[in-house]
Amino acid sequence: MERIADFFRWLNDAHGVNLSIFYDAFDRSRFLEGLWTTVELSTICTALSLAIGVLGAWLQGARFGLVRQLVQAYIQFFRNTPPLVQLFFFYFAIGNELPHVLDEHGMLVPPISNVGWAILSLSLFAGAFNVEIFRAGIEAVPRAMVEAAESLGYSRLGIYWHVLLPLAFRISLPALNNNLVNLVKTTTLAYAIAVPELLYAAAQIWSEVLNVREMMNVLLVTYVALIAVLVAIMARWERALRIPGYDP
Amino acid sequence: MTTLPVLLTPGKAALSRPSGDGWRDLFGGGALGVVLAALGISILAGNAHAAPSLGGSPGVLAILLKWAPLVFQGFLFNLLVSVLSMLAGTGLGLWLGLGRVSQLQVLRRVSGAVIQFFRNAPWLVLLFYCMFLLPFSVSLPFGTVPLPDAAKAVIGLSLPVMANVAEIVRGGVQSIPLEQWESGEALAFSRRQILWMVILPQCLRRMIPPWMNLYAILTMSTTLISVVGIQDSMTLARAALVAEGRTELFIPMYLMLLSWFFLYCYPIARGTAALERGFRVRI
Repeated sequence: MERIADFFRWLNDAHGVNLSIFYDAFDRSRFLEGLWTTVELSTICTALSLAIGVLGAWLQGARFGLVRQLVQAYIQFFRNTPPLVQLFFFYFAIGNELPHVLDEHGMLVPPISNVGWAILSLSLFAGAFNVEIFRAGIEAVPRAMVEAAESLGYSRLGIYWHVLLPLAFRISLPALNNNLVNLVKTTTLAYAIAVPELLYAAAQIWSEVLNVREMMNVLLVTYVALIAVLVAIMARWERALRIPGYDP
Repeated sequence: MTTLPVLLTPGKAALSRPSGDGWRDLFGGGALGVVLAALGISILAGNAHAAPSLGGSPGVLAILLKWAPLVFQGFLFNLLVSVLSMLAGTGLGLWLGLGRVSQLQVLRRVSGAVIQFFRNAPWLVLLFYCMFLLPFSVSLPFGTVPLPDAAKAVIGLSLPVMANVAEIVRGGVQSIPLEQWESGEALAFSRRQILWMVILPQCLRRMIPPWMNLYAILTMSTTLISVVGIQDSMTLARAALVAEGRTELFIPMYLMLLSWFFLYCYPIARGTAALERGFRVRI
């Protein structure tokens, strides 16, 4: 560990390449915390957006026209407006209207923190895409499957949960992959409302240590690596979920 | 899309209905209606909220209309940036995509790596990269050309567009059956001639829907330039809110901005879906 730090100190002194995150403990911890926040944000938003997708796709098959219409309105609104404006709308506009509450120190604070709003806003954004993805997957499941389940006496919810969703999920995995990669990239927007994620941490470091060029490159490489890890996990999952002999 | 009567299912499709069909979807399945209703309610609520404390001050709607032209100018600037980035990105992406299907392995590998890199990097990070690391001016043989912030932003946005366009081009070229290449060869076309006169004209049609989709995504992403300090609709909207200092304005202002983007992007999405349906063949 010490030798790595020495090497990067030497790199800075000899060549002016200042990678402070490798030898300065404070910068390193800030960077790693930022990385962790990004991973956390991505994981929570992924889980929430998947839940929204499953729920929305189910509601889209609802008997009431109004429910279907509202789901459609939600999808179209979140798909066709800029995620950054959505985030600002939630954080500044809605967040401002909510009554402040007392925290454990007796201070008046907003009921939902900036991290909370980022999670909510990004999940709703990615969820809108997931609803569409799952819907397309459900449509790709052969009707005969549904009819077979109906004749076995499954309820509508039962058909959805036990028959349609497992098959549709496998069909929609490639599209889902794309959307989740997109979601991880979109977490950078949380920078704009001062959520201390990777981009924010890096910006703090480069404005103090004045190593913009080096940190920029570290940042790009880190994000590309992060997404490569996600893609690898999803590919493994896709293989694990494959039903032998069933090729949709 | 034409559906043979034999293929129509009797009764209603029970479990899920395709979206994007029917006249009601022309307005986003009511999304626009919901947004406009929310805008109206927020204006009324804002007026009711402010009335007792600020007697005689202008209503929320009046203030909103006062600032709308300025914010709309910013919105037009967003659109300008989106068009310029799309042009630059498409021009570069076409060549990158052709490199991806080249016969030279080196060229294929390098283009593939470039595409992967720029597709995986977050847009905002690329934008930061260009804003901070591009020089203020570039010296060319005929003199020094200044590089204003807006130009850097256009470059920063056109990089991911380039990679995505390249992927669209690759997909389009590879979607054309190999027989087309072979028959071109049989007619003694050179590879370049086959590509430009046989293959590309055919895949152009297929490339338009994803290309339009990308444009809509780009337009929505142009708001990112406000984060790196360029005056666009977002910056101006926030400046207006700060200048007025009235909290009941927040929701109407952002809803107004959201509805503009929706009005611009939703027709593009509709057009994309319609084109895709037109190209789909049901057997």
